[in-house]
Amino acid sequence: MSAPPPSLGRRMVRHYLSRVLFVVAMGLVLVFFALPMLWLVTAPFDADPSLTVGWPDWTLANFAQLAENRYALGSLRNSLILGVGTMVLVLALGSLAAYALSRVRIPGRDGLLYALLLLSSIVTGTAAMVPTFQLMTQIGLINTQIGVILVLAGGVLPTVVFILKDFMDSIPKSYEESARLYGASPLQILTHVVVPTARPGLAFVAVWTVVQVWGNFLVPFLLLRTPESQPAAVLMYTFYTEGGQPDLRLLSAFSLVFSVPVIAMYFLVNRRYGFRFHGGIKS
Amino acid sequence: MSATGTAAGPGLRRQPGRRRRADDVAGLGRVRAGLFVAPALALIGLFLVFPAVWTIYLGMTDYRLTGLAAANPEFVGLDNFATALGDDEFWHSLWLTLIFVLVSGVIGQTLLGFSVAWALRRVRGWVKSVIETLVLAAWVVPASVASFLWLALLDRRTGTLNALLGTEGTAWLIEYPMVAIIVFNVWVGTAFSMLLFSSALAAVPPSQLESARMVGAGSWQQLRDVVLPNIRGHILTNTLLITLWTFNTFTPYLLTAGGPRDESAILAVYIYTTAIPGGQLGMGAAISLIMLLINLVIALGYLRVARAASGGRR
Amino acid sequence: MAAITTTALVKEYPGGVRGVDGVDVTVADGEFFALLGPSGCGKTTLLRSIAGLESITEGTLQIGDRDVTHLEPGERGVAMVFQDYALFPHMDVADNIAYPLKIKRVGKGPRRTTATEVGEGLSLHGLMQRRPAQLSGGQQQRVALARAVATRPEVLLLDEPLSNLDARLRLEARTFLKELQRELGVTTVFVTHDQAEALALADRIAVMKAGRLQQVGTPREVFSRPVNTFVAGFIGSTPMNLVEAETADGGVRVAGAIAPLPVGAQGAVADGAPVVWGARPEYLRWSTEPVDGGIEAEVSVIENLGASVLVSAHSGEVRLQLVVAEDDEPSPGDRGWVVATPRRSLLFDSESTDLIG
Repeated sequence: MSAPPPSLGRRMVRHYLSRVLFVVAMGLVLVFFALPMLWLVTAPFDADPSLTVGWPDWTLANFAQLAENRYALGSLRNSLILGVGTMVLVLALGSLAAYALSRVRIPGRDGLLYALLLLSSIVTGTAAMVPTFQLMTQIGLINTQIGVILVLAGGVLPTVVFILKDFMDSIPKSYEESARLYGASPLQILTHVVVPTARPGLAFVAVWTVVQVWGNFLVPFLLLRTPESQPAAVLMYTFYTEGGQPDLRLLSAFSLVFSVPVIAMYFLVNRRYGFRFHGGIKS
Repeated sequence: MSATGTAAGPGLRRQPGRRRRADDVAGLGRVRAGLFVAPALALIGLFLVFPAVWTIYLGMTDYRLTGLAAANPEFVGLDNFATALGDDEFWHSLWLTLIFVLVSGVIGQTLLGFSVAWALRRVRGWVKSVIETLVLAAWVVPASVASFLWLALLDRRTGTLNALLGTEGTAWLIEYPMVAIIVFNVWVGTAFSMLLFSSALAAVPPSQLESARMVGAGSWQQLRDVVLPNIRGHILTNTLLITLWTFNTFTPYLLTAGGPRDESAILAVYIYTTAIPGGQLGMGAAISLIMLLINLVIALGYLRVARAASGGRR
Repeated sequence: MAAITTTALVKEYPGGVRGVDGVDVTVADGEFFALLGPSGCGKTTLLRSIAGLESITEGTLQIGDRDVTHLEPGERGVAMVFQDYALFPHMDVADNIAYPLKIKRVGKGPRRTTATEVGEGLSLHGLMQRRPAQLSGGQQQRVALARAVATRPEVLLLDEPLSNLDARLRLEARTFLKELQRELGVTTVFVTHDQAEALALADRIAVMKAGRLQQVGTPREVFSRPVNTFVAGFIGSTPMNLVEAETADGGVRVAGAIAPLPVGAQGAVADGAPVVWGARPEYLRWSTEPVDGGIEAEVSVIENLGASVLVSAHSGEVRLQLVVAEDDEPSPGDRGWVVATPRRSLLFDSESTDLIG
């Protein structure tokens, strides 16, 4: 109680000043992130959209037009095939590997896991695009969905194994020991006990993988050269780079339809699982 | 249980298989465990490790996409590397990448992400959810959509930005290509830092902050003396990942395609234009390898710092 | 039903650490047997070795007349209730109880019937469709017990069965557990670090330390005639007073006074031998008048135990604790005499710490 506290008036001024500063700063952040986004939510509903954001002349005709476009629908289907295909492959292989790594002390396990994780963040689609392109050409998987699925799966598997192992490590071992005492075989333990208890982790990884693949541009752009097989991410790009003036009605509706599923899945994951696993989430 | 076989006495040798199986909870055994791991490892090996290794070989050939060298590539040793390292374009691209990583990733995303997380740490209600949702949405929207949104925003004739600022006719992407892709990348990537730091901030023990407040520390002093030391690990992780991701991102290609001329041709874009449209696969592979090596140096450097930091704490 | 016999059982971990170090013990058929000791003493490892969850490095394990040393856990006829109960969170109570039967390929109908029967025996009716997360701690424990006994195992193992319950529930569950064990007559081994639990439940107790057995005996034996100072100090809700002393003048010189020689040690020890004198706080008396053989001391702290108080008194450097009825409670600073009875005090060898008598 030696130094006199600052006068009430000065404290009030400082308090209000920092409030104002806070509001202005948050306002700027809001504008920065909202401004580009506005077009995505207005243009698709505008009867005659331009690149400028404006109050739309409400209509759903753009979506009707989209529904008739063969390429647009086909590309969304391709995206779905790539996403689900990669997801199934990654879940099957990833959960087997993660379970074994979590429960059996294989020599050099931790080193291997970290090396793979490091490798998967070092060897990105970008840095390995030439050999990947070459490899797929050589083994005849260029221009095939399978090829893209395999490359994408190889890229996300290290992270998936890491996340799933983390998840399985947190399942009490007593569950399995208990099943073992009653004479359950390893496969029975896996299907009766481990998979059901790891379900939240598997669901998380499934959604995460689909999100990754859905938005991936480079790998399909590199490996799929015909419009019929290209996913939405690539078609979207060709929509606005090829053939002169883009059709903004189609493009805006397509953007929205293409974006909504991942945004929805993403927020679902975030709400249900929080930030627990986001360490390697977007690469 | 790797040492069981050697550590135990002669009694063990009777039934080593049984014994080892009894030591893992599911009774999986090492052979079966190996079988479980093998398919995943094979896939990773073939489609992740192998391309990385093959880059080394490809980089030493004059492989081309079309023409004579496509059918019959010749081994050219380190020629490609020499060419690349002697090429101004390469150095220019590396320099652009460095600026891009530093300004948009390390400074832009990290600082903005941290500031937003810090500012919102005690805010509840709609303000927080609106801002967080918007930041996150920018991250989640597919890259090709995000880049078109920015193309629309920055369009020379009818872009929203020009309309707002009254600067009709300014071709942002042509006049300021680097600034454009840097701002774009901050917009896309801030969410990660924000999420990471807000979970890190939530994990700072409140009792530590409270004891700092009890002795009269202000916001800034709390940040410096309590918060930053507590989240040092998160800062390191964040910086590593952001650096690697920004270094390798290909998305700016969707915005400027490296242009005008090569004013925004960061390394990822430069490799692509050299190898695929340019057709020089060998050359592209050589630059890829340089890029892989830089990635490796970044990651190892980070590990070293992380180890030193955790050692220092002990 | 079956007895359990271990012969020179050793469990060695990689690196040479022995969790169980040469244990010979026989648990009689139908007995309720406690493994007691501080954490890290090897009691859980021994239990898990019996279950088959830890491999046995040396020695043999017999259940009934079968050598099960190298059998898989599922082949041993053993059931176990884990400390965390290990109820499968994705199955309801009925499915949890019926799970062992499912593994044994019992049909769905009979499975249901048995589960319901066993569940009702453990007063779980009305809860059969619930998930474990919707049950209280006590209910979860009963489900785990039901699952364990559903297959009529020869041996039931319980790992810290009461530690996950809160204090009041623990007493109830204790009685319940003992009743259940009596009813089923199944050979039961349980692990605990709580000596009161072991004393209350077990027919016999094995006290362990550092992987070795210290003493096997009935609760009474272990309580009143601990074989060494470790057991003496571990058993009892207030620890036994153990004081460095010396035999002298046909008695024991404790803190300057000559206390009477314990009955069991009479004739077993010569004058002038260094010993450890032991007396339980419950068996010491407080006297405000000088008593022959009493140890003069000054009261320093009083702790209330409800109907009685725990008095700490100092005689020079030596601290003695004794339990005094609430009516006779002294005050801190009072001086008086601590009086031991020869029949209720013990002498231990000060070198080997073993009981002399």
